[in-house]
Amino acid sequence: MEQPMIQTIGLKKYFNTARGPLHAVDDVNLSILKGQTLGVVGESGCGKSTLGRVILRLIEPTEGKVLLEGKDITKYNTKQMFEVRKQIQIIFQDPFSSLNPRMSVSEIIAEPIKVTKVIKDKKQIDRKVLELMDTVGLARRFVNTYPHELDGGRRQRIGIARALAVNPKFIVCDEPVSALDVSIQAQILNLMMDLQEDIGLTYMFITHDLSVVKHISTDIIVMYLGMCVEKAPAEKLFEHPMHPYTKALLDAIPVPNLSSRKMKSIIKGEVTSPVNPKPGCRFAARCPYVKDECMQEKLELKEVEKDHFVACIHV
Amino acid sequence: MVNTVADKLLEIRNLWVEYLTEDATIYAVNNLNLTVEKGETLGLVGETGAGKTTTALSVMRLLPEKVGLIKGTIILDGMNITEAPEEKLREMRGFDVSMIFQDPMTSLNPVFTVGDQIKEAILLHNKNIDEKEADKQVDDIMQLVGLPAERKAEYPHQFSGGMKQRIVIAIALVCQPKLLLADEPTTALDVTIQAQVLQMMKELKEKLNTAMIMITHDLGVVAQTCDKVAIMYAGEIIESGTAEDIFEGEKHHPYTVGLFGSIPDMTKKTRRLNPIEGLMPDPSKLPVGCKFNDRCPLCMEICTTSIPEAVDRCGHMIKCHQIKEF
Repeated sequence: MEQPMIQTIGLKKYFNTARGPLHAVDDVNLSILKGQTLGVVGESGCGKSTLGRVILRLIEPTEGKVLLEGKDITKYNTKQMFEVRKQIQIIFQDPFSSLNPRMSVSEIIAEPIKVTKVIKDKKQIDRKVLELMDTVGLARRFVNTYPHELDGGRRQRIGIARALAVNPKFIVCDEPVSALDVSIQAQILNLMMDLQEDIGLTYMFITHDLSVVKHISTDIIVMYLGMCVEKAPAEKLFEHPMHPYTKALLDAIPVPNLSSRKMKSIIKGEVTSPVNPKPGCRFAARCPYVKDECMQEKLELKEVEKDHFVACIHV
Repeated sequence: MVNTVADKLLEIRNLWVEYLTEDATIYAVNNLNLTVEKGETLGLVGETGAGKTTTALSVMRLLPEKVGLIKGTIILDGMNITEAPEEKLREMRGFDVSMIFQDPMTSLNPVFTVGDQIKEAILLHNKNIDEKEADKQVDDIMQLVGLPAERKAEYPHQFSGGMKQRIVIAIALVCQPKLLLADEPTTALDVTIQAQVLQMMKELKEKLNTAMIMITHDLGVVAQTCDKVAIMYAGEIIESGTAEDIFEGEKHHPYTVGLFGSIPDMTKKTRRLNPIEGLMPDPSKLPVGCKFNDRCPLCMEICTTSIPEAVDRCGHMIKCHQIKEF
């Protein structure tokens, strides 16, 4: 079997709160092959952003391993991590708060190069910055402008250029298009897919937007309250969702055509607290098919069909 | 759908709104015409800066004075809003027309209980009502929006985002307005909660026979909730018609085509999206002629000199030089 670019084994992150441990990420196992995109979907508070950050060790995991090309990076010391960080990068959701307002575009893009000392010669750095701006479709005339002078789409291009500056292999994209208008969103999605084809990047694409995730992903995991409830290739998940939560989520998307305008089965209730969750299925409180067994058994992902994993006792 | 002239509830004719700022004049709404009939839902679609919210604020007459300059007429159920005195407007707001804002977190007052905030709207518009009757109305509307009436003694921070939006909707609907302006009411909510809130709004609207303008950038939301659709670009409505015209019609404005091309289609596997190139024009320096000309793939010479006339067929209107008749 091909060695995955990124793999997590039993990854957990619990935050300590006054009311007990908050299970932000609970026993997540995933792997992403080189050049592929893993979509991570779920509603606010399901732990998808925490998962992305734990994989990059921006937040330390409570338990479990993160393997980058087979090597466990969770045990690395600061110096080793410094080297690893050149290979793993992140693009943030909000292009308004993730760029330093007091730095010019060229300074922002050059910063990771200077910090990691990938290129040392000043002239070469300047040339690299211009190249990166070309790559992400940012006109060279913006090189000395400041973030506040640019619109959301252009700012997100800066965020992408900054992530690409150190030639990473793997990028965590944390809702990179959620703050953008649809026409701009499409431009950025096209750019990210082109980059993937040209440079062979591997993405973990975190989003709550299901139509976007279907478009960009090879595989998808669906998260609910810190746990992965379903994992499948993108096509399969949309054609044949099995977990009741995935079904509800797909049903809830407003589709832009009139033929789907029917009474839909809308799930009731809201996400319950991730602090000290009860044993058994975490979706049980909202699930239309709930039975007594759901509250007792410890749920694990089962391979129901080839490559299609579901954590539900009913399938 | 019955469309007779007598059913007209809101009519906006030749509306222009300009914001006078220190640096420049912002042309936010440019010659906008719009009608809403009783009980119908109109989807007002467009991207950030298209002038959707400005249009809604003009109907409420909530634009900042001296900065916002309105030209044109807005007639709500026979009353000319653009000329009405402030006292009349105060009576109108919340009673004839209500507005729901995008962010439920900031549209509630954190230091009053939600029950008091709903009651405020009742007491303001019903001078002779006694406290008991008002309390009863609060309980009723809470139940109607799907919240237990006991929770009226709680404060906004004790509710989740979806519940807060339900409270905002309760405040807006408690006086049974004729028109509801919903400005991106579900954008800040998760999809499953969005589905719940949209479903509830739809049911309430039918029950109370309220007309609604649904302002959104999400064509999916429009398809699921609206009878009619108007698409805005740079302060103008460039295409409008019934939901069928917009979603299933053959001819469209190039901007509408671009909007649809930008959303990933869930039913088809496409490798690349077909977005609109470029950006929305600077509203202080709008292009001459058709305002979409610098981004339009079909731009001709005439587009850069004259503003296209509206072409209308049975209520489906398109403003584009490419479309002479259809």
